[in-house]
Amino acid sequence: MDFSFTEEQQMLQESVQKFVQKNYDFEVRKKLLDSEKGYSEQNWALFAELGWLTVPFAEEDGGFGGSAVDLMVMMEAFGKAMLVEPFLPTTVLAGGLISQLGSAEQKAELLPQIMEGSLQLACAFGESGSRYNLASVQTSAKTSGDDTVLNGKKIAVLNGCSADRILVVARTSGEERDRDGISVFIVSAGEGGVSINRYTNVDGQRAAEITLNGVKVSSAKLLGEQGSALTALETAVDRATLAVSAEAVGAMDAMLQKTVEYSKVRKQFGTPIGTFQALQHRMADMFIECQLARSIVLMAAMKLDSGASETEKAKAVSAAKSRIGRAIRKVGQEAVQIHGAVGVTDELDIGHLFKRVTAINVTFGNPDFHTARYSAL
Amino acid sequence: MNADLTDDELAFQDEARAFLQAEFPADLQAKVDANIRLSREDLIRWQKILYKKGWAAPSWPLEYGGTGWSHTKKHIFATEMGSIGAPEPVAFGMKMVAPVLMAYGNEEQKQRFLPDILQSNAWWCQGYSEANAGSDLASLKTTAVRDGDDYIVNGSKTWNTYGQYADWIFCLVRTDNTVKKQEGISFLLIDMKSPGITLKPIVLLDGHPEINEIFFDEVRVPAINLVGEENKGWTYAKVLLTHERANIAGVPRGKRRLKALKKLAADTQDGDGCSLLDNPAFRQKIAEAEIELEALEYAELRTVASLTVGKAPGPESSILKIVGTELAQQIDELFVELAGYNSLPFVPQQFETGFEGEPVGPGNAAASALTYFNNRKATIYGGSNEIQRNIICKAVLGL
Repeated sequence: MDFSFTEEQQMLQESVQKFVQKNYDFEVRKKLLDSEKGYSEQNWALFAELGWLTVPFAEEDGGFGGSAVDLMVMMEAFGKAMLVEPFLPTTVLAGGLISQLGSAEQKAELLPQIMEGSLQLACAFGESGSRYNLASVQTSAKTSGDDTVLNGKKIAVLNGCSADRILVVARTSGEERDRDGISVFIVSAGEGGVSINRYTNVDGQRAAEITLNGVKVSSAKLLGEQGSALTALETAVDRATLAVSAEAVGAMDAMLQKTVEYSKVRKQFGTPIGTFQALQHRMADMFIECQLARSIVLMAAMKLDSGASETEKAKAVSAAKSRIGRAIRKVGQEAVQIHGAVGVTDELDIGHLFKRVTAINVTFGNPDFHTARYSAL
Repeated sequence: MNADLTDDELAFQDEARAFLQAEFPADLQAKVDANIRLSREDLIRWQKILYKKGWAAPSWPLEYGGTGWSHTKKHIFATEMGSIGAPEPVAFGMKMVAPVLMAYGNEEQKQRFLPDILQSNAWWCQGYSEANAGSDLASLKTTAVRDGDDYIVNGSKTWNTYGQYADWIFCLVRTDNTVKKQEGISFLLIDMKSPGITLKPIVLLDGHPEINEIFFDEVRVPAINLVGEENKGWTYAKVLLTHERANIAGVPRGKRRLKALKKLAADTQDGDGCSLLDNPAFRQKIAEAEIELEALEYAELRTVASLTVGKAPGPESSILKIVGTELAQQIDELFVELAGYNSLPFVPQQFETGFEGEPVGPGNAAASALTYFNNRKATIYGGSNEIQRNIICKAVLGL
């Protein structure tokens, strides 16, 4: 049993902390959110230079190693500063799918571009009727000859605004919720028949609804075998789920720390509000939630890196996401409450952290969904 | 980063498992499984078996007859014990007074008391709380006045667990009234057979007189029974509170109970055509408790791992106490919910040794509410959960 970070993990953590300290204060971040893309391309290039974009990838794919604990370390540090760059959709989600499903040619073409920072990707799996069920796919892919024609509408596509290419999850056979018959196609954002409705999420992250109207792709754009992409999609989404859970751990720690600090300086009735036991115990509870959240994410990350079965791994991720969701509500809501009126303004970071973790709570399945999944697995 | 055990630790786990399988008496296992309260004799018999094996005091150092196990091995042993429901050593002697004696007792006291604790020849109980000194323990009023080679003790202690079984009691007593309340307290060991001690049993909500009020009327206690220095008792007691409290989270017990709960739920109809295990609402509640237990388990493992690399036990034990007791109570409630009407019969004697009447309700169902009511104590004792939150605020958050 060894719960300490390796030297490499410590360096990774320090590297992110240093970057954040130098380049990412609240006002800077706010400007990024107001910019056209919603993130900084300069930062993205720097991430590539620092090697961060290689972290989710295995060594044989040219990556840093692809361990879940590495990813956790990094995402937690991202979470503290609410980084808005599309690390998750491009490298963890889309990159994760390509690493699992891609042919040698596809990997050779795409992975180096991701890691160099020259390619933005999105993964389009959600639909208006699917909620959190990844097997619920209605978007159709009909093949005739060498071509496949895609029709349907994808929602909540993270980084759908800036992605050069979109990994579209579509049904090549079977009924709406069948596990078989799900395929993934690489579609260029500018392809004929693709229309992208860009918007911003509550947490400032950019997303899109993407309509596919008779989009024609060649067989070279099929990622993996036809009709059997669901398992890989689940694995990629599970890893992304762990990543946002770790991000939430970082964000919650930041909220707790900021709240405690605030309670020590904010005076009412002539005394710091942190001296009131009614508030002290709520902060103690926030601390407990932070610790339990950290513990269960650690559990899930270690399990993903272990020789456990795929079912056990999926179960661990669902346990983590379910528990994280409870912690998020408690820590986020109390942080705002203890800050008082200033907590509900747009001017303070606390409200932005609250918005980010609230978005995480919904992303890739809410606590009820993951509790039920945990129970069924 | 990993949670793997070494080959040596895995071999130890096998050894512990095999030992418990072979040596935990079948009649005690049957009682544990049937929710029947273990008697004084049952507990001592099991302790003596552990002593024979050399495993009676995992938390003690080798020189006093402890095991010398690593933190991980202690954790493994506690896990194996908890997973079959084998009782832990009675804490008052083994985990509460013994560490104080080791740290602050003189050589004679150590030799006089520690072997009997190790061998379960003496049963200890705790004399801390008083009617008007609960969470505010330092307000205690029981006095000890020096008279030649003795102290004369007057006053009363309460919420004393199993005093009716005890040979000795360790007490916090007031030896100086003129100073700050924390600075006039001493740590005194008192023979329960001393003239002037009387016990008044207190019946708990489950109908069992598990605790007592103890009265001291001019009780003469030899001054050689004072531990450490006079008026330093508060310091000693506080050290005890931060002493490593292995298995305080109760993870193995929680796992065992949830497993039992799921089995029971599968065999219990929800009245609407499906089992309670397949009833979505109840199933969700079980899963939530299981997930909380996983979080708690890894919070505990993080503590074990940090002790292993030489860090002092910190406020983690407060987290483990709060979450562990609240989760145990959550599981208590699930058993009550599962039992439905069968939770209502109040027939505590059917869960006592030697009951020969016709039992009411199926299996342990009628024990569920008894446990629920009894275990409301868990968030109150050992420093109430509110006190634990105060500790977190002070020690961690700097409030």
